[in-house]
Amino acid sequence: MGFDIDKWYLRKLQGEIIVRYMGDITPDMITEILEVIESNLNLKKVNNQTRKKVYNVFVECIQNLFHHVDVPPDNTIKAGQRFGVIILARDNYFYRVSTGNFIHFSKVNTIRDRIDQINSLSDEELRSLYREILGNEGISFKGGGGLGMLDMVRKTGNKLEYSIYPHDKDFVFFAIDVYIS
Amino acid sequence: METIIREGTPKTPYVKLDGEKGLIEIKGRSIPENSVEFYKPLIDWLDKYGNVPLEVTNVNIQLEYFNTSSSKCILDIFKKLELIYKKGSKVQINWYYEEDDEDMFEAGEDYQSIIDIPFSMIEMED
Repeated sequence: MGFDIDKWYLRKLQGEIIVRYMGDITPDMITEILEVIESNLNLKKVNNQTRKKVYNVFVECIQNLFHHVDVPPDNTIKAGQRFGVIILARDNYFYRVSTGNFIHFSKVNTIRDRIDQINSLSDEELRSLYREILGNEGISFKGGGGLGMLDMVRKTGNKLEYSIYPHDKDFVFFAIDVYIS
Repeated sequence: METIIREGTPKTPYVKLDGEKGLIEIKGRSIPENSVEFYKPLIDWLDKYGNVPLEVTNVNIQLEYFNTSSSKCILDIFKKLELIYKKGSKVQINWYYEEDDEDMFEAGEDYQSIIDIPFSMIEMED
């Protein structure tokens, strides 16, 4: 049993796929995939501003995976220590970054509350919260700083769409879509 | 003071810390997974420079992209510079951004709102 990741992955492969990756997230792999995005012709055609936003959001998403995935100890996923999925696609007028990863059940409420809170804020509130966290909090243990998701919503002006799928008694699969207009 | 120069890489910026001229430059992109590791030597350099700063320190920041973990480290650099400024030396930060880059403009404004040092926003034309 467990979450059917292949079925989920296929569903996410809509639109024009610019990059897709399922497997171990490592610093070298991140460097390579960013090079692929930079040399992508589709993205070279769009204006500077949009291209930078896409790049920025992609970097935050993939580094979120790098810092925050948990891997279920069962045998269903054999893909290294930091298993994650990331897809950059173009859906009509939007670019979409989709990520998916397993997390321990104990973290679900914290993450859900955080995203719901960020999604509920106005532009002005986002700016204030960003500045407050930047100015006051020390860097988090994993180096993420707690600003990643906030930054994405602020830069794209779009809310984060997320889904949580049960996997087993300890782990869930957590999926996020970020749209860049 | 020794001068530190780091060439840019796909994930880290060009950095020049010149203690002879009182010049600090950071250019390019800053998206390392481990920002603290990259920025720690720069912060340490600033600590030492802060003991014997020149009368005038010019700081040029011209970033294309940076990730949120770098944003904390960049703030740490500005906080060190703020200490130098508050002790009576002149410090000028120049924040460069491309003319259509509203995100980099806003990032400059964020820092400007947090730190208390002369801070100029400089728009670059294409």
